[in-house]
Amino acid sequence: MGDLKNRFGGGLSTIFLALVFFWLAGMVLAPNLMMIDYALRPNLPPAALGGPDDTYSLSNILYLANEPTHRAIFLKTIWASGLVAAMTFLVCYPIAFWMAQRATVGQLSIALLLIIIPFFINEVLRTLAWFIILAYRGPLNSALTGMGIIDAPIRWQGDGGVLAAMVYAYILFMLLPIYNAIESLEKAQIEAARDLGASPWRIHTRIVIPHAKAGIATGFVFTFMLAAGSYVAPALLGSPGSRWFTEIIYNWFFEGGDWNRGAAYALVLLVLCLSAVLITLKIARVNLADVAK
Amino acid sequence: MSGADRIFRAVFVLYLGLFMVYLFAPLIIMGAASFNESRFPTVIPWQGTTLDWFRAMWADAAMWRSLWTSVLVAVCVVVIVVPVGTAAALVLTSLHPRARSFAYALMVSPLLTPGVVIGISTLILWRQMGVGGGIFLIVLAQATFIICYVMLMVMARLQRFDRTQEEAALGLGASRVMVFRRVLLPFLRPALLASSGLAVLQSIENYNTTLFVRGFETPLTVFIATKVRTGLTPAVNALALIIIVATVIGAIAYEIARRRNGTRG
Repeated sequence: MGDLKNRFGGGLSTIFLALVFFWLAGMVLAPNLMMIDYALRPNLPPAALGGPDDTYSLSNILYLANEPTHRAIFLKTIWASGLVAAMTFLVCYPIAFWMAQRATVGQLSIALLLIIIPFFINEVLRTLAWFIILAYRGPLNSALTGMGIIDAPIRWQGDGGVLAAMVYAYILFMLLPIYNAIESLEKAQIEAARDLGASPWRIHTRIVIPHAKAGIATGFVFTFMLAAGSYVAPALLGSPGSRWFTEIIYNWFFEGGDWNRGAAYALVLLVLCLSAVLITLKIARVNLADVAK
Repeated sequence: MSGADRIFRAVFVLYLGLFMVYLFAPLIIMGAASFNESRFPTVIPWQGTTLDWFRAMWADAAMWRSLWTSVLVAVCVVVIVVPVGTAAALVLTSLHPRARSFAYALMVSPLLTPGVVIGISTLILWRQMGVGGGIFLIVLAQATFIICYVMLMVMARLQRFDRTQEEAALGLGASRVMVFRRVLLPFLRPALLASSGLAVLQSIENYNTTLFVRGFETPLTVFIATKVRTGLTPAVNALALIIIVATVIGAIAYEIARRRNGTRG
């Protein structure tokens, strides 16, 4: 603090501190505290606010635990997000390894450009693209029936469609951290292992993956968090049978009219994501500062 | 090269090809469908090539309104996030190391918060004060996490700043405000420009956060998502194609600027 004032003088450092305070207190802390307050209060008509019924309780959160449909959707969202992260990892790992260890400088810069370009494009548009491909009379079904692989069109909308679009949407968040991690592995280590007779499988499981652990953990955390908090892919590509937890939250706010329960559900989602982040980072011994890069 | 290696290589090249198809086929098909006469956007069967969907999109007043909303929001977001993000980076780097790691965790926490939760918590706080969803809340909610990106980019640039330059200017009699304006700000300029570009992109493409605080406003992403659900025609694809072309051009310009300045994004 003293350093700030020494460096920029009283006037400027007051402005800087005020701006940062406005952000952290007004935009980060206050909204979250108010959300927690909402989550712990009952949904009452305006006249009853502050009355005897207006007490703190966990009933909104317990409602989620006891409502079978919501509970099932919540649990499904967790494991499906984990599945998205795992699938994204499987898709990305070979590419990341190739880019970090095998590609020439020219190949690498082309590959990076090609991979980054789709991710500058809006998530809504990428989901729209999958909506068109997976449509009942769409290109994928036409191509598969045309080639004789399937006899009748398949309804892709639902869990399968959501999964495909989410893996697609989050590739970059998995690929870049793993690529960065594998890049720092000495090529000589792999060659030494190979000369000593290690199989490719063993080289990967014993050398490359342990070395890239931090990058893999970062990729998993981000993909899981983005998937669990996603709204657009399940809303556009899901079916009534494949609802996502964020859709339930949305309904509490804009259809069910119970903001307190909506806030409680949002709080559960927040706690889920933050604990996923913190636990994974702890297990992989990664620093928060390394993740944000 | 042994036989096994050769097979391994062939399999990998095939996989790389499939990966690229996976990356680009959806975008190409979506773009191509905007030239097909078919009423539902698809490429099979091809019912004839037309530019009608571009005309239909151009004539859609609701589309223009939503584009205007998105641009207005993006401009307001940039005006907020660049000064606040820069201030955050400067405050953070001047903190004592022990306070720094706590402040850092707090400052990157919006990046670890799901977008829907940022929208919801902003909505709840401001309803208490009688403010409903609309442009103002969209700007605030988006800025909450976009500030983090600006802060990280400015911090990356600050790491390469040589503080003796400031001391030299002070020694030559410049005031502290002058040193900030004439020495530090010019040094940060590339990072400020790059983060403004990123902020515009993040703002225009945001959906999850915006959805909850939009009130009766319809920014571009909400407009497109609503169209998909209520009446998708290739006019939406035409719009998508134009946005994609604009984004790719913007992205390439941004990459070039970033590489020239060597800041990490």
